[in-house]
This record gives sequence, C-alpha cells and structure tokens, in this order.
Amino acid sequence: MSSGKPLLSTSEPSSATSPHHRRHSSLTIGSLGRLCHNTSISSSVTDGSQHSNLSDHNDELEDELEEFDEDISPLGGALRNSVECPAYLRTRKKFKPVDLQLQLPLPERKLLVSWGGVTDPQHVWSMREVSGASSQAVSSGIQDYLNKSQRSERFLQISMQLKENLTHHDNPRLIHINDPKRTNDNFEYSGNEIRTSKYTFLNFLPKNLFIQFHRVAYLYFLAIAALNQLPPLAVFGRTVSLVPLLFVLTVTAVKDGYEDWRRHRSDRNENNREALVLQSGKFHPKRWKKLQSGEVVKICSDETIPCDMVLLNTSDPSGIAYIQTMNLDGESNLKTRYARQETNKLVLDGTIISGVITCEQPNRNIYEFTANLEIKGQRYPLSQSNIILRGCQLKNTEWAIGVVVYAGKDTKAMLNSAMSPAKRSRLETYMNRETFWLSVFLLIMCLVVAIGMGLWLNTHKNQLDTLPYYRKIYFDKKKFGEKYKYYGIPMETFFSFLSSIIVFQIMIPISLYITMELVRLGQSYFMIGDRHMYDSSSDSRFQCRSLNINEDLGQIRYVFSDKTGTLTENKMEFRKASVWGKQYGSTLSVDGTGDTNVGAEAVLEGRRTWKLKSEITPDSELLKLLHNDLSGDERIAAQEFFLTLAACNTVIPIATQSPSSSDTDSTLRASYGIVDYQGESPDEQALVAAASAYGYTLYERTSGHIVVDVNGEKLRLVVLGLHEFDSVRKRMSVVIRFPNDSVKVLVKGADTSMFSILKRDHPDDNHTKHATQSHLNEYSSEGLRTLVVASRDLTGEELVEWQSTYEDASTSLTDRSIKLRQTAALIECDLTLLGATAIEDKLQEGVPEAIESLRQAGIKVWVLTGDKQETAISIGLSCKLLTADMEQIIINGTSESECRKFLCDAKAKYCVKSANSCDQISVWRQNTESDYLEIPLGTKLSSLQQQHAGQEEGASFGPLALIIDGNSLVYILEKDLESELFDLATSCKVVLCCRVAPLQKAGIVDLIKCRSDDMTLAIGDGANDVSMIQMADVGVGICGQEGRQAVMASDFAMGQFRFLKRLLLVHGHWNYQRIGYLVLYNFYRNAVFVLMLFWYILYTAFSTTSALTDWSSVFYSVLYTSLPTIVVGILDKDLSHKTLLKYPKLYSAGYRQESYNMSLFWITMLDMLWQSLVLFYVPLFTYRDSTIDIWSMGSLWTIAVVILVNMHLAMDIQRWVVITHISLWGSISITYSCMVVLDSIPVFPNYGTIYHLAKTPAYWLSILLIVVVGLLPRFIFKVLQQIFWPSDIQIAREAEIMSKRRHFFGSKPDRISS
Amino acid sequence: MKEDDPTVLKAEYSPSDGWRLTKIESSPEELTRVDEAEEKFTQQELPACKPILTPGLVITTLISIGIIFVPIGLGSLSASEHVVEIVDRYDDACIPSNGDDEAAKRERLSFIQNAKTNKTCIRNLVVPKKMKHPIHVYYQLDNFYQNHRRYVKSRSDRQYRSPGSEGDTKTCAPESEVDDHRPIVPCGLIAWSLFNDTYGISTKDNPILINKKDIAWPSDKNSKFGSNVYPKNFQKQDPVGGGKLNESLPLSEQEDLLVWMRTAALPNFRKLYGRIETDLEADEKITVVIQNNYNTYSFDSKKQLVLSTTTWIGGKNDFLGKAYISVGGTCLFLAIAFILTYVIKPRPLGDPAYLSWNLNSATR
Repeated sequence: MSSGKPLLSTSEPSSATSPHHRRHSSLTIGSLGRLCHNTSISSSVTDGSQHSNLSDHNDELEDELEEFDEDISPLGGALRNSVECPAYLRTRKKFKPVDLQLQLPLPERKLLVSWGGVTDPQHVWSMREVSGASSQAVSSGIQDYLNKSQRSERFLQISMQLKENLTHHDNPRLIHINDPKRTNDNFEYSGNEIRTSKYTFLNFLPKNLFIQFHRVAYLYFLAIAALNQLPPLAVFGRTVSLVPLLFVLTVTAVKDGYEDWRRHRSDRNENNREALVLQSGKFHPKRWKKLQSGEVVKICSDETIPCDMVLLNTSDPSGIAYIQTMNLDGESNLKTRYARQETNKLVLDGTIISGVITCEQPNRNIYEFTANLEIKGQRYPLSQSNIILRGCQLKNTEWAIGVVVYAGKDTKAMLNSAMSPAKRSRLETYMNRETFWLSVFLLIMCLVVAIGMGLWLNTHKNQLDTLPYYRKIYFDKKKFGEKYKYYGIPMETFFSFLSSIIVFQIMIPISLYITMELVRLGQSYFMIGDRHMYDSSSDSRFQCRSLNINEDLGQIRYVFSDKTGTLTENKMEFRKASVWGKQYGSTLSVDGTGDTNVGAEAVLEGRRTWKLKSEITPDSELLKLLHNDLSGDERIAAQEFFLTLAACNTVIPIATQSPSSSDTDSTLRASYGIVDYQGESPDEQALVAAASAYGYTLYERTSGHIVVDVNGEKLRLVVLGLHEFDSVRKRMSVVIRFPNDSVKVLVKGADTSMFSILKRDHPDDNHTKHATQSHLNEYSSEGLRTLVVASRDLTGEELVEWQSTYEDASTSLTDRSIKLRQTAALIECDLTLLGATAIEDKLQEGVPEAIESLRQAGIKVWVLTGDKQETAISIGLSCKLLTADMEQIIINGTSESECRKFLCDAKAKYCVKSANSCDQISVWRQNTESDYLEIPLGTKLSSLQQQHAGQEEGASFGPLALIIDGNSLVYILEKDLESELFDLATSCKVVLCCRVAPLQKAGIVDLIKCRSDDMTLAIGDGANDVSMIQMADVGVGICGQEGRQAVMASDFAMGQFRFLKRLLLVHGHWNYQRIGYLVLYNFYRNAVFVLMLFWYILYTAFSTTSALTDWSSVFYSVLYTSLPTIVVGILDKDLSHKTLLKYPKLYSAGYRQESYNMSLFWITMLDMLWQSLVLFYVPLFTYRDSTIDIWSMGSLWTIAVVILVNMHLAMDIQRWVVITHISLWGSISITYSCMVVLDSIPVFPNYGTIYHLAKTPAYWLSILLIVVVGLLPRFIFKVLQQIFWPSDIQIAREAEIMSKRRHFFGSKPDRISS
Repeated sequence: MKEDDPTVLKAEYSPSDGWRLTKIESSPEELTRVDEAEEKFTQQELPACKPILTPGLVITTLISIGIIFVPIGLGSLSASEHVVEIVDRYDDACIPSNGDDEAAKRERLSFIQNAKTNKTCIRNLVVPKKMKHPIHVYYQLDNFYQNHRRYVKSRSDRQYRSPGSEGDTKTCAPESEVDDHRPIVPCGLIAWSLFNDTYGISTKDNPILINKKDIAWPSDKNSKFGSNVYPKNFQKQDPVGGGKLNESLPLSEQEDLLVWMRTAALPNFRKLYGRIETDLEADEKITVVIQNNYNTYSFDSKKQLVLSTTTWIGGKNDFLGKAYISVGGTCLFLAIAFILTYVIKPRPLGDPAYLSWNLNSATR
C-alpha cells in the first residue's frame, strides 16, 4: 500500500492545518465570488489580481487536489476496506480531517451548480442575459487565464469554482416566519423585485458607449476619427470620417436598447405578477415585486413560484408537493418536496405559525439547501427537499403554503443563470497573425509616404512660398509672412505619416469583424434550420449557443465523447438479474414470447393491480420463484431483492389515472391504475419498474413512509432514514421499519463499493458472492450496467445509535453531507448480499455509423466514461469504436511506477517514439495523419524515413487501442508521465478512458489541447461533462435526460449523437470553407483598395490626396462591396451534403487548414499587388497627357475597383443562387447609382463627373481592360492548379456536378467510382 | 434519418434568445409553393448554378476574350493612329535666358514676374498631316501638382455657386480674403493660380479663329458656377498668382477659369484652350503668337502647346490599343496551350480514382 502515501501523509498533520487550507481557499474563492457579481467591465482588471492570488495559493490548493484525486479513486476505498468495519468506526475520528477535505470534491453536484442555468423559453430572456454579462465576464476571465497559465493552475480554476459554494456558513440568515418586518429589520434582505435590464433611461448612453468601446476595433475607429479632426490632418471631411464609427455605434446601441427594452418589459411583467400573501390572517393577492422575505405565500396548482420558499403546508395531508423544475434544470419530471410534518400540523390546526428559520446565505447551488426551523423552542432540520425554488411550477398539488426565504436577486434561479464562456475560434486567432502583417504593410506604406513627403519638401524648400500648388505663406498685409498650415519639415513629415494612416485605415479590415459576426449569424440560422439535425423524438432542435466558433467545427481532430446519454440513450432497461447467486433473464431476449412466459403472465395477471407505462416482460423462472409458496433462503432473498429495488430509491410514483390518492379503496377501484415513475436517475426508474413487473409496485412515497403494493397487498413501510447516493460512497441505503417492527437496511450500490462492506464470515455467502461476482463480470462484458443489492437487519441498539447520529447529522448546518456520510458508514456494513441487477443502456440510433464516419474523416474519437472498464470496452465494441483486429493496450496501474512501467512497455512494444522536441511532435502528427489517411509512408520526406521504419514495423501489430482507467490517470495526469501518455495515446487509433472523474475528463482534453495544435471537441450530456465541454475548443451538449447543465455550458447543443457527423462533416466543412474564404477575400478587398490609393499618392507629391470622393472611400467597404461577401459567406457551398457524407475524408481539408493558411494569405497578397497595380496603371496610361480631371479619375478608379473585387468574388463563387446574383450585380448597380447621386449634388466639386465620363468609350474600355488583366493571372493559376494539382474537394465537386449533368442528359455515367 | 419528414420548421430570430425554430403544423398538402421555396432555402437546397472549370469552359472563355479583345485593340490603335497631334514646348524658347545657373534663373524669374516686359513669343509650326476640324488647342503643363492635397482642397464650391455664400471662404486659405476682410471671389489657391498664357494662331497671313466657347463642361457652366456670381477682389493684391478675370462677366461665363478649376488628376496634364473650327492642310505652316505670362519658371515646370484632332478614343494614345491586342493575343495563346495540355495530359473530370487517398492506395 505504498501508493496510499498521499492519503496518509495528509491525514497525519493535525486538524490545525486543515482549517488553514480552508481559510486560504476561501480567501481566493471569495475574490472569485465577488467577481461573479461584478459587471463585465471589471473582468479584465480583476483578472490580473486573481492571477497573482491564485499563484499565491497554488501550493496549498494543489495539495488539496491531490487528495481529491486520491480519494475519488477506489484506492481510498480499498484502504478503508482493508480495515474491518468496527475498526474503521473506531478510527473514524482520526480520519476526520481527511474527511473534511474530502467534502471539497464531490464534483458532479457542485458542478451542476457552478454552471447551472435557466432554460424556459419564456423566462430565459432576462436571466440568461443578465448574469450572462457577469458570468460571462468570469468565464471569459477564466478562459483568458486558462490560455495563459499552466495546467495545474487550470485545474485549480475549475476546482475553485467547485468549491465556491462551500464558504457561506459564517453568518446565517434568519427568517422570522410570517413576520417580514422583523426579518428585514436587522438585515436588508433584498425584495422580490428583479431587475435584469442593464440600463436605465438616464445611464443608457454613457454606459452603452462605455461598454461598446471595450472593443479594440472601435477604439481604432475612434482614434482614426480623432486624428482626422486635427486641422493639419483633415484628409477626409471631418463629418465623413465619423460616419462609419457613428453608424456602427448607433446600430449596436439601438440593438442593445431594444434588447434592454424587452428586458424591462419582461421584468415589469414578472414583477407585476400576483401571488397570495398572508396578511392579517387572510391570503390577499400581492404583486411579486412587493414580496419580502419572511412572508407566507400560498401557491395554487400550476402556478409559478415567485421566490425561494420553505414549504410549510400543502393540500396533501402528508405535506407533499410536486414541482416541475423545468425552468431551473431542464428536467421535465416531477420532483417531490415535503413540508415538515410539524409545520404541516400546525397550519392544519389553524394556529398562526411563528418561528425562525436559520438558513445559509444565498448561493447558487440548486441541489443543496441547509437550514433549521425553530418552532416553539424545538429545532427541526430543513433540507433540499423542503424548499421550492423560484421559477418552478407547482404540479399535481392543489395548493402549497410556504415562507419566503430568498427573494429577488437572492433566489437560486437568479444567482444561477450562466452562459457558456466566450470562446474564440482558431481561425480568428490565425487571422490576428495576418492582421499583424497587414499592419506592417500599413506602417511601411505610411513610412514611404512620410519619408517621400520629407524629401520632397526638402528639395522644394526654397520654392514653397510661391509654389502655386503649395504656397505656405500668407501675403495679406495683416498676416504677412505668417505660415499657412506649415509646421516645418519634421512636423510636416510626421503629419504626413498620420494622415496617411487615416487614408490607409481600412487596410486593417475593421468591417471584417462585423461581417464575420453577420456571417456566423447566418450560418447558425442554417445550422439550426437543418431538418436533418432536428430530433423529432424529443422535439429538440439544434442550438447554436455561441456564435464565435462556427468555423472551428470544420477543423476538429479529436472528439471526446461521454458515454452515457451521449453514445447511449440513457434509457435504461432492466435486462438481467442475479438473485442469490442464480442468474435470471438470460433467455428473455431470445424468446420473449415463449410459452413459459405466457403462463407466467397469466399467473401474474390475477394478482396484478398496477400497470406500468413501459412494459417489461418478466422472467418466468424468477416469477415462479417469487410466487412459490415454499419458504427458503432463496425465496426470501428474492423477495427482499425486489423490495429493495422498490424501496431503495428516490423515485416518485404518480398514479396518473387514479382520481384520488386515498389508499383505502385502491383494491376496489381498478385493477389497472397506471403508475408513472418520476425520478432523477433513469437507472432507478428502470429498477422500480422492474420490481413492479415482478409484483412489487412502489405505489406511494412520502417523507415518512412508502407504500409498496406486493402482489395486491399494500405494505406500508416506515422510512426511518435515507442516505442518498453520492459519488464517494457510490451507494445508497434506506432504513425501513416493517409493519412487524423489524428494521432493515436496504442498500444498493456499485460493485466496487459494495463487495467490501459485505458480511465476511459465512461460507455459503462466499459461494453466492463468487457466483454474483462472475455474473457481474459477465454482465459488464455485455455492456450492461450493474448494481449490487444487499440488505441487513438492524438490532435495537444499532438502530438507537444510528438514529441519534442521524438526527444530529441531518440537523447540522455545517458539513451536513460529511456527517451524513459518517452516519451512513455506521449501518452500511456487514451486509448480506442479495443479488445484482443488470440494466441495458441502449446505444443511440446511428452511433456506430457516425463514429465510423468520423474516424474515416480522420477525427480521433476518444470515449471518456465513468463506467467500468469492461462496460466501456463492451460499449466500445458495440459502437464499432473497437474492432476485433485491434491491439488493446490496457493500462491499469495502481501506482506511479506501475503506470510508468505500463506506458514504457507499451511504447517499447509498439515502437512508439518519444516526442520531446517540437519538430518531433510535428513529425508525429504527420505520421499519425498518414495513419488516418492511409497514405503510404514511402511518399513522405526522406528525413522521416526512420520514423517510417518504426511505423511500418508498428503496422504489423494492427491498429492500436488504448484503454486506460481513471485510477492510472490520477498518477499520469499529475506527474511527468503526461508526455508519455500523449505519445502513446496519439499513436493509438482509439482511446477509451474509464472510471474518470469529471475533472479528469477536462484534464485529458487539456492534455491534447496543451501538447498539440489540434482542435478538440467534447460532447456530453450530463453535468459531469461540463468541465470537459468548457475545456475543449468546441463543446457540444446533448439535450438528454440528465438535465440541461451540459447544454447550458456548451457551444452547440443537439438532440442526438449521430447529428455530430452532419454537424462536423457537413456544416463544419461549409462553415470553415466559407469563413476561410471570407477572411482572405476581405483582406484582399481592403488591401487592393488601399494599395491603389497608395500608388496614386506617389503621384501627388506625397500629399495623401485621394482621387476618390470622401463618400466613395467610406462607402467602399460598407456599402459597395460588403453585401456579396456576406451572402457568399452564408450561402456558398463547395460540395453538397451528400458528397460530404459520402466521402468523409474530405473533412481533412479542414484540419489541414486548406482554406486558410499563411501561404494562401501570401498568394492572395501577391494577387492583390498585381491587381492594385493594374487598377492604378491602366487608367494612368490610358489618360496619360490628357485632360482628365481628378474626380473623373477617381470615379473611374472607384467603379473599377468595385467591379474588380466583385468579379474576383464572382470567379470564386461555387454555387450561384438567385440571392448571390442579386447581391453581386446589385452591389455594382448600387455603386453606380451612388456615384450618380453623389455627382448630382452641385456643391460637391465632383459635380457632373459621371455624366461626362460615361459618354467616353475610353472609360468603358479601361474598366473592361482592368477587370480582365487584373483577374487573368488568378484565372490561369486556378486552371493550372486544377489541371495539375487537383484537390480532393475539387475532384469530388466535379464528380458531383458531372454525375448530375450526365443524369440530366440521360446518359449513363461512364465511370464507376472505385 | 428520415429524409422526407413533412414537418416544416421555421426559424425566427429574437435578439435575446437567438435563432429558434418553431414547428409549423401543417399537412403536406397544405404546403404551398411559398413554403416549399422557404423549405428549400432553409435547407440550402435552392436551385443553383454551380460552375466548374471544365476544359471546354476554360478554352471558350480564353478564346472569347481573345476574339473580343483583338478587334477592339486594333480599332482603338487605328483610331489613335488617325489622331494628328502637334506638340510644341515653348517655355524655354520664350524666355530670354536659358541656363542652369543661379543668375539665369533669377533673370528668368524677373522677366516673368515683371508685368511690364513684353512676353510675346512667336512659334512656327508645321502641320505634319491633314487635320480635320475640330482641332483642339490644349496647353500642357508638366510637373505641376494640381492634385496636391493643399491645392485641391483650397476652394469653396458654395461661394462659386451663389452670391449669398460670398463669405464662405473658410476652406480657401491662404487666398480667402483681402486685407480688409472682404472676401475674394473666386477664392482659393486654384483660382488664384489661373493659367494665363494666350495663343493666337495664323497661317501665312490669315488668322485662324480659336473658338473659346464651350470649352468647359456644360454641367459646370450650368449648375456649379453661378451665373450671378461676379469676380470680386480677385488678384487685387500681391503676389498675383495668375490670370485676371473680367469682373463684368459672371463666373459661369469665365470658361478658362472653369477649365482650370477642374483640377487635373496627374502632375502632367493638358487643358483645353479652345477649338479651331477649320481644317489644316498637311505641310501647312502655322504661326503661333504666344503671350508667355504664366510663371512656371520658379518650379521647373514645362509648358507645351498642343494642337490635336480627336477620334472616338480621345487624343493620341496607343496604350489602350496595344494593351487590348496583347491581352487578346495572350488569351488566344493560352487557349492553344491549354488545348494542348488537355490533349497531352488529360484528367477525367470528377474521377474518384484521383482522390488523394485512392491515388495513394493505388500506388501502394
């Protein structure tokens, strides 16, 4: 047990160190928490401080993390298990500090909260956006931070978020029931009025402008406009230069204003809704915004709950209320909430309640609530099940009365609206690189102009006074000798530099950012509208939650997929059971309608009173056993087995067709009442349904008791206590008092956690245990999910001891979950094994095909699952991820050295080379690429031949599959083994990670993100995937059954895994092609214009004259040429979706960056240079020594450049639809009409130009010449490329179009694809 | 995947929620043509033309460019050849001292700046070919940056247009007002530097009339320069930049000014001086009497007199013709080259065997 060192070492220090840790972490967390409530403005500022803060506490936190990692692994469990149960109890106190630390992880639950959100279409509006701003700020801060810092620190970030919620016990919140005055006297608790709007009428303008100018682009705009206001620099008319900026600002302001107005309106609606409030003994309607903490509110059925309330009483005698939490967590099933029996009675009696609720400060955790209720000196615990939250709806309950504990912005719904972090697309990052180059050009050009100006002034300095076109001196008597706009050669040179920046400003294509946003909006419209990605079964559409990374979809190299709910449906079906060492249900799937079954059905029919919505055909043998009148261990075990299935859960039965819930006449009423089970876990639902099929129907559940219908007999069981499932214990248990006063503990849990707490002495049991164990292995190898069921009788003393600790634990305000866990350990030991269940997790439709396509496309699919290794492998096999011919490398180490050995062995065996230096990594990538694309190795560069030898050797092993478990990852991800894992994993075709914790999922994604340039995509549906989804470059959420957390955190969300194929191969490809072209074209478009101006300036004595009118210069990128690029960016497509799906390998164009890369940029720039020269010199030579005036020349250049860039675009358009035609030819016509309009205004010096010019043939001839000469090289280049170096896309495109044409002409295709 | 699901989805945009789909419940029969078109739009299946560069298309394009361009080129070249042009540089000839030394320069300057000196200068020219009327008389200035930013901006179109905006001279500095703050009309550097050489042409004994009417653009005359705006305070103080204006004529009638105010695009430019409405015979000797008033000597500028006929292409300029012919020729040449390429190294279009992964597996 040397591996347990970290655990032991941390348990050694006295408890004094632990609070130390905690204090530090809470400190940092505090700063983070404060940040959450700030507006986005401060995010950039606080980021820095946060950084330093973090690194300060780095070490301590890292320690904590280590412990966490230690502990989630079964290792911790194993250590504990090796100690006998009583012994463990004795040592419990010693371990306490460790346990204290242990509470920190609990990843799923906390994660749910940190990234929780609201989703109801009507209500999302505001909530999402409001705190959208704040939480986005946080997350973007985090994102920025993530990009900068080291890995371990990233983990810290995430874990910090996890821990955030744990530090709020300091000063409890006191609520005096039905006494809002007293409640709010001491502390100003916020009222229930919500304000989600950002602006008020007064602060709109300053605040909006302030926010808008956070964009660097706008500052650039502003700086240019400001420069232009300086007298010596007024290149453009002063007003004209402000137009683009004002335009953009106004549009954004109007949009923001409109959205805010909508928020105001919905706030008003929300605030003015009415609720019944107890005022002087009676319930009167009161507006929501007037509600205060401490008031007693009555809610009727189907009403929305106005604030977070503790239930006091409901229409149900036992105090149950059903609520739908759809708006909060997206789960559509009903959840039960209970009023405490004590308050329930009090209100029934008619007494006006008075009491004090002590509860924690407002926090974001919607899954936890800890409070105390004090009535008449007695204290009762309140928990999650006693509170109903704002935004939920009351269902199936006539009314409910509750006391307001959190109102308005303190409610969990309001605290909990988060948006996914802002991500930036890869292409945009690359774009910055090119923008840098463009700025270099810009500077060079400005320098040339400035130096030219300086030299020119120097050579003419004696003439300047009299030079008719310069004249720097006034000859007025008054001003005689005074210099007119002349500041000396150095200053003039400098001003010339600045004014040339103004003239050349659009070299940096600011409009590109706006264009890209519009284009992405349009692209997302089509992605959302794609009928093939609409899931009709769940009525869920595709969602684009982030608009910034559409094109990243076309460049994915790695897909990290969750298993449950993502690859599988998460619709559980009870398949097999092992009871008392005997297996049942194996024949079930083979002959489900066999004779024996019919017989069994008949046997059952007579006694059955309940019908399930989903039918399960029970195994006849097992039925017989159950109904056998013989008594015996086996039968008792079977009965207890099903009783456990029916009782040990949190499922809520809803008898949908029974008119009332009174339980006396149920036998009389109907033999076919329909029971529907609502529960948080689909596994439990499946188990309860199975129990019901075997005659143990869970019929009623309250906080105090459950009623199970055993073959028609009602069995009322008192629930003494319930230890809910948690990820540390991995089991749940319920303590039940039977009608005959015997008390039993019923437990179910994961096999690893269960086998260690079974009774050990009995030899018989050992037999059962072994049999069950082998059954379990069998089940999991079939890909079934297994649970072990066990029970135990409790003696009186044990019960008393447990009860007192339980009471104590469940009323405690602090560390309740830890105390409860300790309590659970009291009774969860020495259990009798009853059996095991196997549930099938069905694969989603089309998953194997989708995975196969992704694989062909060169995307590596990694599956990260919390399941067991066997289950993971079996699912891997069933979804064709693993194939029989694969070499499986299984890494299953329990210590660092072991893991190292495993890794090294595997690497040695399969000839995987280490990649330590950068170029080796790139070599590696090429190698792995060649592996995907099955490119023969001989064609590669000779310098790589050594590698190839290794590869070829390796090829004889067949494709590799790496299977690694979370346990090993603990060591590997923390230590320097990371690079080894990376080398090994990247050379494998498939990687399966099992038993991974959510943070490890993120860690694995991070491993790839850090060590390679490849794009990663994470897809998942559950809250445990949130960290992974946020870590990956692209996060995809599945709208599954596990709530909405994943969707809320994701960038894209969809209904089914199989849509991923279409999303990546089709939309990803299109988006990437489109945006890539769009960016290049925009660079070109602006640069060609600027360069044309530049050449002219060389002919104007460097005086930055523009021949074009001011308006034309401004309109050029805004009006004349913008629309076609947008339309093309949205609508153009190179290949049809059929072709793309047919040849998945075409996807590789994306990650090979074929549409946008440095060399394409430089080629485009060369082309741009040629075109600008043609643009400038053709008119120059045509009108050399002629009477041409400056405005005519400018007019010719304007129209020529507009036509040229539009024709350039036209040449590259791959798909002409009506809209493309309209936008393209429309743009040219608009340009002409604008010029006609501008030339028709007599106060402009250019008045009448176009009329005069259009009459001369030379004008038209030069336009034609410019266009043809300008585009000819590009055309030839294209043709040559297509003849000699056709790209795959090109060939596929030809194939697609040619086959259509052949089809059209009726002749048969003369070539059959190979 | 159901390919023909009749469900129609409609996307709606709202700023707070982004795009969302609403299902339109309708049976397939109810789908109107509009819906169908919308469906095709949202599914990106609109009827489209997808051009590909087939050899046919490439060759056709190149040949048609060649076929169009070569005749245009020939046409404009021959038009340019038909233009008869007489260019005479006179700035150095019409000045007493020529030389590069400082003294010569000073002498030149004092000559040109002195209003009293006789600046008449006679030039004899020979008509090389028969020139049909109208023969345009231009003056050409070289190295004169009429497109300089300071110069181009120094004007006030409002002032020129209406008498009411007389004081609108902000943009005209340094030639905006005279000493006593009365505005100069027309103000600005451009007007101030008005060209003022004059030409008188005669053959042997008969003077040839130079028609100076309608040399400015009709639009300038009619709308841009006011017919009721009269020159005021123009060239009234030293230094006088150039030509003076007849104060009794409105600006719209001062066509020389209008021509001058259409500032040239390039540093070497011609401006129309007038037209000769008679033919000139070949080898005819003509005499030009030049009043060499305009001072270009202080900044190394050339002055030339140009007599030229025009055709549809404009003045004499071979560029367009030559460019068209060479581009057309290149295209024809390329067409042939591509035909050969397609014959020698044909690549069947759209053959999946040429896909990179198929190619590689074939060679393996």
